Amino acid sequence: MSDVSLTVNGKRVSGSVEDRTLLVHFLREHLGLTGTHVGCDTSQCGACVVHVDGRAVKSCTMLAAQASGSTIVTIEGLANGAELHPVQAAFKEHHGLQCGFCTPGMIMAATDMIARHPQGLDEATVRAELDGNICRCTGYHNIVKAILAAAQTMSKGAKGKAKQAA
Amino acid sequence: MGIEGVGARVARKEDKRFITGGGRYVDDMVVPGMKHAVFVRSPHAHAQIKKIDVKRAQSMPGVIGVLTGKELKADGIGNLICGWMIHSKDGSPMKMGAWSPLAVDKVRYVGDAVVIVVADTKGQARDAAEAVEITYKELKAVVDATKAIQPGAPQVHAEAPNNLIFDWEIGDGKATDAAIQSAAHVTRMKIVNNRLVPNAMEPRAALGHYDKAEDHYTCWTTSQNPHVARLVMSAFYNVAPENKLRVIAPDVGGGFGSKIYIYPEEIVCLWASKKTGVPVKWVADRTESFLADAHGRDHVSTVEMAFDKDNRITGLRVDTIANLGAYMSLFSSCVPTYLYATLLSGQYNIPTIHANVRTVYTNTAPVDAYRGAGRPEATYLLERTMETAARELGVSPAELRRRNFITSFPHQTPVILNYDAGDYNASLDAAMKAADYAGFTKRKADAAKRGKLRGIGMSCYIEACGLAPSAAVGSLGAGVGLWESAEVRVNAVGTIEVLTGSHSHGQGHETTFAQLVNQRFGVPIDSVSIVHGDTDKVQMGMGTYGSRSGAVGMSAVAKALDKVEAKAKKIAAHLLEADEGDIVIENGEVKVAGTDKSLPWFQVALAAYTAHNLPSGMEPGLKETAFYDPANFTFPAGCYISEVEIDPETGVTDIIQFVAADDFGNIINPMIVEGQVHGGIAQGIGQALLEGAHYDGSGQLLTASYMDYTMPRAGDLPSFKVSTSNTPCPSNPLGIKGCGEAGAIGSPPAIINAITDALGVVDIAMPASPSTVWSAIRAKKH
Repeated sequence: MSDVSLTVNGKRVSGSVEDRTLLVHFLREHLGLTGTHVGCDTSQCGACVVHVDGRAVKSCTMLAAQASGSTIVTIEGLANGAELHPVQAAFKEHHGLQCGFCTPGMIMAATDMIARHPQGLDEATVRAELDGNICRCTGYHNIVKAILAAAQTMSKGAKGKAKQAA
Repeated sequence: MGIEGVGARVARKEDKRFITGGGRYVDDMVVPGMKHAVFVRSPHAHAQIKKIDVKRAQSMPGVIGVLTGKELKADGIGNLICGWMIHSKDGSPMKMGAWSPLAVDKVRYVGDAVVIVVADTKGQARDAAEAVEITYKELKAVVDATKAIQPGAPQVHAEAPNNLIFDWEIGDGKATDAAIQSAAHVTRMKIVNNRLVPNAMEPRAALGHYDKAEDHYTCWTTSQNPHVARLVMSAFYNVAPENKLRVIAPDVGGGFGSKIYIYPEEIVCLWASKKTGVPVKWVADRTESFLADAHGRDHVSTVEMAFDKDNRITGLRVDTIANLGAYMSLFSSCVPTYLYATLLSGQYNIPTIHANVRTVYTNTAPVDAYRGAGRPEATYLLERTMETAARELGVSPAELRRRNFITSFPHQTPVILNYDAGDYNASLDAAMKAADYAGFTKRKADAAKRGKLRGIGMSCYIEACGLAPSAAVGSLGAGVGLWESAEVRVNAVGTIEVLTGSHSHGQGHETTFAQLVNQRFGVPIDSVSIVHGDTDKVQMGMGTYGSRSGAVGMSAVAKALDKVEAKAKKIAAHLLEADEGDIVIENGEVKVAGTDKSLPWFQVALAAYTAHNLPSGMEPGLKETAFYDPANFTFPAGCYISEVEIDPETGVTDIIQFVAADDFGNIINPMIVEGQVHGGIAQGIGQALLEGAHYDGSGQLLTASYMDYTMPRAGDLPSFKVSTSNTPCPSNPLGIKGCGEAGAIGSPPAIINAITDALGVVDIAMPASPSTVWSAIRAKKH
């Protein structure tokens, strides 16, 4: 057994887990954060993407014990209270989801993608960057649209904040 | 059209929970005392079970139960069934072999469930599963349907000699022979439709809970049709009588047909819960999904299409061998027959058609409906043949199609169906315009200058949806009726619950069904809740598949709304002292036409429940139920055009553009309809370019993970140009045809027609992967 202690969605949590417990199972089964999904067993589908210390990580590729000490954000922790994160809002507005199963991983991957491209995104980049996330419902069309729209919104927001600061 | 009414592009109500991690799928369910199950599956495609030794597994840490098929049979659990009886042309019934939920004497495909292990954790169950010792005597396996029907092939079921399940025909053989013999031209092809794995992103799962005190079972399951699951599990598998079995299909992460069927796992989890005294949850690994979900397609056909000297089709003959895998899944028999051969007339006026279909057992996963179900196979066969014929006859593909289009309705085809409405020229025109078809020659020349091969291909599809008139399908062998039910409950404060037998697993019913109510009463969609997926809440329903939720499910809602409206108008007329015929309901108000007299909607609802002042003899309450049985199938149709560019050095195909012009009849929410088309096209492009389930000769599935089976990813696809030009469906009250499957039906031939056009070859196998395309280019050079 391993003792793990980490911060998840702003809360300190700890637990004792079987050594083989993956981070995704710790989140789902020990913490009840079932928004993070398991869609495959080969780290291909990306339904389990969360942020570990600010970076998008497939939580099925990491042991819970390895994540001890880190700061995790899951889909449940992305919105600012009642206010949706711009990526969440864009997925709804642009119909970027159907069955919703891949959606948490898509949204977590997309927020990371936008953060890594402060200069902006184009369709080809978004499609290439989504290589690690599989969706069977949408044909990606509206997911790509939603991510491009969210990137725009967030860059306007960032510029606004920069202006305010100046 | 109001901002939330029919035709409005309303953002989905259900999205809130999905984008915040609040969806509730079966794997998210936790029941006190719940334990975890792992199935021990056959590693062999064909073997006798000589011995099962569970002793060591039973003594492993955390293990609660290790149960076998013998115990299951001893408890009277029944075999799985196929729900559609097909008779061979000699009049004999289909030859169905037994499918035990846990194999007893023999295993017939890799992945066949043999033992269930229940333990405290999934890890412990997995460890114990590895300690179950099964002694097999391996037998020779057969995976290819065309080989399975050869004399001397390994025999999958004793009940079906030569593995032939049925040999069925439709149409007029003699007239078709005569048409072919007297034709000015006959186009002949061999058409292979590759086997696919549906791959809903949520793996199948089941949670069985037996309540001893109540002698009652609850099953949470990833189902597209929980009521059908309850019916079948009660009536055929002897799990429990219907009143003692509740089936709940909560949020379900995609289905595409693969979650219609009642599989062994949910039956076994329910039984195991009673046997072990604990709630039992099973969630498939992805590899289990590949092995044991029902697959799709897998047809091999020959086709002969006869033309007169004016390039009019005079006859069509088709001979198809359909691989049904190791067992007959729930609707496997109707897919290559009534959902396939009845569509062989396509959009064309064909005087005579004959189709012969042989269905065959092999040592592979069961094959059943996958998005489109028979209709993609028919469309692929027909549209590939039309393309080849156009090339042979030296006419443009568009011109050959136009010459043969059905232009007057209703149209009786020679293969049962009666098309009620459509405008095939309109879709073709719209698609050609959107694709700038006229400019293709120049684009091809430009590509050639860059050393690239450009091709363009079209496909004009039709499908039969809105399954289906119950009496009609009953006469064709269906074991069930295909109506839908609805209940509309107006609460005392005017908010509304709609209970439907349709099931949403991505289709957005919580929004579109609410839009229908908004249209009728002006109640905001936030005040309308759609209840589905629970046999304790919704009385009965047939579920969601075959693009039926709009055409059939919403028609049932419309019927129930009619009744609510009629009663509400009676109450309002009484309260407002007006004539019932003068009452109109608009924007949440109940008014007397031509006066300023009105009541807010909620006051009418309240009056129904206080019952202080109702018309004489009227029952209190405002709640109505309706069953809707469709009068006909619906016939969505359209034209898809794809343009591809191939790099001859690598064989890589780039889709430059993909255009869809569909006729879906009336549309409730264009945003959702477009989403359905996008998803369908992606699956169709997947079939054409990327996906294929491959078994080796010994029956091992070589494509059993996302490392081996190529799922379409964002980088494989373009953005799509979609549009609709609609002719309302005359057979249902809403004029809806359905849109769920069109994309997957129409797109594979459009892609392959474009690739063969680019390469200048007659045919290429699906999936047209880079290596396949590269090999075709090389073969042509040498």
